[in-house]
Amino acid sequence: MSTDIIYSFAGLALFFFGLFALIACSQPLKKILAVNVMSTGIFLFLVVTSYGSGRGIVDPVPQAMVLTGIVVSISTTSLALILACRIQETSNLSQFLNAGNLKSEERSGR
Amino acid sequence: MVFADPSWIVWPVAGPLVAGLLCFLIHRGSFLISLAALVLNCLAVIVLFRQFLLSGPALYNIGDWQPPLGISLVTGGPALIMLSMTAVTGLGITIYARGYFSFRIDSSTRARRHERQERFFWPLWMILLAGLNGLFLTDDIFNLYVTLELIGVSAAALAALSGKPPSQIASFRYLLVSLLGSFSYLLGVAFLYKTYAVLDLSLLTDLASAEPGVRAALALMSVGLLLKTALFPFHFWLPSAHANALAPVSAILSGLVVKGSFFLMFRLWFDVFASVIPASAYNLIGVLGAMAILWGSMQALRQQRLKLLVAYSTVSQLGYLFIAFPLAFLNGGHQAWSAVIFMAIGHACAKTAMFMATGTIFLHAGHDRINDLAGIRAYLPMSVFAYVIAGVNLMGLPPSGGFIAKWMMLTDSLAAMQWWWALVLVTGSLLAAAYVFRVVSQFFIIPSGQPTGKHRTSTGLLEWPSFILAVCSLFLGLIAPYPLQVLKINQVLTTAFYMRGGP
Amino acid sequence: MNWEDWLIVAILLSSFLPGVVIFTLAEESSRLRTSLNILGALMKMALVLVMNIAIYLGLMFELRLPLLPGVEIFLNADPLSALFATLSSVLWFLTTIYAVGYLENSPNRSHFFGYFSLCVTVTIGIAMAGNLVTFLLFYEMLTLATYPLIIHRGTTEALEAGRKYLIYAFGGGAAFLFGVIWLHTLVGLGDFSPAGFSPVMLARHHLQLKMIFLLLIAGVGVKAAIVPLHGWLPQAMIAPAPVSALLHAVAVVKAGAFGVIRIVLDVYGIKNALRLGMLPWLTLFSSITIIWGSIRALQQDDLKRRLAFSTVSQVSYITLGISLAEQPLAAAGGLVHLVHQGLMKITLFFCAGNLAETLGIHKISEMDGVGRRMPFTMAAFTIGALGMIGIPPTAGFVSKWYLCLGGLNAGNWWVIAVLASSSLLNAAYFLPILTKAWFKEQTLSWPMEKKFGSFETHWMLLVPPLVTAVIVIAAGIAVNAHISPLAWVKFIMKEYGLS
Repeated sequence: MSTDIIYSFAGLALFFFGLFALIACSQPLKKILAVNVMSTGIFLFLVVTSYGSGRGIVDPVPQAMVLTGIVVSISTTSLALILACRIQETSNLSQFLNAGNLKSEERSGR
Repeated sequence: MVFADPSWIVWPVAGPLVAGLLCFLIHRGSFLISLAALVLNCLAVIVLFRQFLLSGPALYNIGDWQPPLGISLVTGGPALIMLSMTAVTGLGITIYARGYFSFRIDSSTRARRHERQERFFWPLWMILLAGLNGLFLTDDIFNLYVTLELIGVSAAALAALSGKPPSQIASFRYLLVSLLGSFSYLLGVAFLYKTYAVLDLSLLTDLASAEPGVRAALALMSVGLLLKTALFPFHFWLPSAHANALAPVSAILSGLVVKGSFFLMFRLWFDVFASVIPASAYNLIGVLGAMAILWGSMQALRQQRLKLLVAYSTVSQLGYLFIAFPLAFLNGGHQAWSAVIFMAIGHACAKTAMFMATGTIFLHAGHDRINDLAGIRAYLPMSVFAYVIAGVNLMGLPPSGGFIAKWMMLTDSLAAMQWWWALVLVTGSLLAAAYVFRVVSQFFIIPSGQPTGKHRTSTGLLEWPSFILAVCSLFLGLIAPYPLQVLKINQVLTTAFYMRGGP
Repeated sequence: MNWEDWLIVAILLSSFLPGVVIFTLAEESSRLRTSLNILGALMKMALVLVMNIAIYLGLMFELRLPLLPGVEIFLNADPLSALFATLSSVLWFLTTIYAVGYLENSPNRSHFFGYFSLCVTVTIGIAMAGNLVTFLLFYEMLTLATYPLIIHRGTTEALEAGRKYLIYAFGGGAAFLFGVIWLHTLVGLGDFSPAGFSPVMLARHHLQLKMIFLLLIAGVGVKAAIVPLHGWLPQAMIAPAPVSALLHAVAVVKAGAFGVIRIVLDVYGIKNALRLGMLPWLTLFSSITIIWGSIRALQQDDLKRRLAFSTVSQVSYITLGISLAEQPLAAAGGLVHLVHQGLMKITLFFCAGNLAETLGIHKISEMDGVGRRMPFTMAAFTIGALGMIGIPPTAGFVSKWYLCLGGLNAGNWWVIAVLASSSLLNAAYFLPILTKAWFKEQTLSWPMEKKFGSFETHWMLLVPPLVTAVIVIAAGIAVNAHISPLAWVKFIMKEYGLS
């Protein structure tokens, strides 16, 4: 019972750490990592729910959900990584970090 | 009887999914494969409509696996209307995309770029379509998460397709926002599962109660969905992502993708948890919607680039979808409920048409700086016409679908004497008129000097789809009774359906 | 549906279909385009004639298309719609002939004639609208259909004029929409009927109904160019002459005035409107508009601008008559002026267009001796101008006479004063033009003269103003004939119990 709660809170904490990092960090790689931390937090939280309170049996549904979630997470991470690499190749990083620059690029047309 | 077979419901999802895989493997026939999938999709939607009208909502377990581990698909009135919206606009976009990618500009590098873009466009678009249709048909909150991710990933990849730095940066940001949104939603799902140990939306409808866990879950899910739907102030990612993408992609993103997450939001708030959500929350959403209308329109007025203008107009039009929330709460729901669906389908047709027309103009002029587009009407009369007609829908002038939606919302707000909503609605329409005609007047300028005919290379594939979709959005208002009837049937039948003990 | 109901659809399609086809035509196929146009116009006239006869015989036409619960599109033809529809279809026919001649060899004609046809379709829709929603539908579409015509020349001034037009028209449209929906939630939107809504409602929602009246009248007042909502009209003069003729005599301004008539007579009903106490205000604003328009017209040197301000002034005769509607004579004067003003003003605009097209004359100061160069055009112009002043036996005299009688009966002496001073002002801004044209010697050479064979100008430009001028005289002389506008107006009045 109490381990349940500890794990749940640990999951939530991970989620919010990730959220904070996603907003606070500006580097693409760190952002991708932050998203991964968030997803791990959610998976932890989900997996804990399969130990239903006092029922004694393990509910398979959350585990199936977590498995699916991990697959989804891998593919999204790889897409994000590819995009980040592309951005680094074609434009310099400062452009990404500097929102003002992005705006001027948008305004120029073409 | 073939058409009575319940397994038709699988095709809107399976068809595009298979087509997507095939497109990925076979480059040559991509367009034909996609077209076939789209036609199959339209057929399936028609059959589903027929089944719905004859026998009401239907449930189908794929492979006969029971939920929660199996996947079940459900039809309902709103879902069918959204499905047909996707089928029609999707068909238009597919044909337009063919014209777009086969449009050859003199420079060979650009031609090669088009070829490369086309190769990735078809599989991604098909998978996106499968995700959207899945989202409309699924009744299981976790499967909804999967479809959300499917949509988000393929949409972000599509947005990066143009290969230019601004679009890649915008797409990266779009992907992150979309991930944040779906994770927030997923955490909400986890909370719900923790509370009820149930994933089925119809079961949740019966169980819903105002517990803290449910409230937290709803807040998380709503924030996530609002992020994806780009309601003010979460719209920050939308203009750059939509405006920097290729034209067919912009049309998909603005016309369809935002409607997916919106539809889910709509179901949660109007259907499943309607009894749990307090009035203040509806009002808050309404206020945000009002601010989106005003802010989006103001920004659209200020833009120098046509595609950005259209993208900001999406921000403002999405506000209309949300301003209906408090109105529905006021008057018991049905009218504003229908208004939202109407607004969504009208906007889907109009905005796709508008982005497609904009794309045609972009291809011909080589840029989309509004001030340099003078006199484009002489070369592309049909696209300009499509742009104007789509604009009529955005302004909410009769007889467009937008007009019917606004009419319903205005009656609701004035009947409840909450005239401030009406004021926002009318102001929004006037601002829309301002930003639409700001561009149109440029198109109609007749530049001094001889008109040149050198741009006359446009193909019918580029102009007709946008024109036809625009005309659809214009006359949507005249066929209003039919969708309304479907929504009404839905209410009656669904009630009866659950009275019988559910699926 | 039986044949009578199809008639309404046929009348709408007779200009809509040619319009759609014309959009797709290539610029060069001018013969096909012209024949389509003329064919459509002739068919429309014939159909409207059939409809008029049928209405006179007491047949009813209606066409309903449900939209939402309690809201439907409803087209019907009552005597009042027939009046407007007849005016529009006849003048459209003449304007089409004129426009074909006027725009010969100019660019973008397919666009022009396409929108031209749409414009008339929409106007007929306004005429036949049987409830406020339908009226709103066509009223908004009219704005959209006329905008491309106003900016047809594609110059910066034209765009500026178009921008101003849109701001006024959409602003008015928004007020109108707000009013319509408010009325809908308060008393529901019934069909137009002389009785209006139930008096019980009037007592219950007195203040709200007053505000709705204000919103609705402001909405249509924009197109009717009631001061202070008239700013767009003089600027819209930048458009080609046939468009000006259309705006002033057939479509836009008339649609506004027609809207005022519908709101007072059919939405509120005369009795309710009187009890509401808003009609004196309408009288006041109409009077101000009449005087102000005339004064401004006096100051203009540009011929078309002078005519435009004259329209501002003259259209308010209609609203003035309606605002005194408890006096049948005044109402008759207002209604009949709807037709008479159209006939006279279209003559004047045709003539102004002829002067500009043939001799390059745009300013009144350039008109010395023009009567000798273009006697037929100036003869038509003279008839139109005398009609505007209200000199018998022109049509203008008839409307003014009835308005004055109505004012007298109502005991409103100041209405007589307004009408008298307006007539004086009309004379002050039209008579100098006439003396210049007929009695002065030509001093300067014409700015830009074109030769057109044996006639003074292209025959397609000459025939329409002559025809309308003849009708102006005929309507003035044969007042009591069975088919005169006045006779039809009396028929309408019977419908409203005002005889």
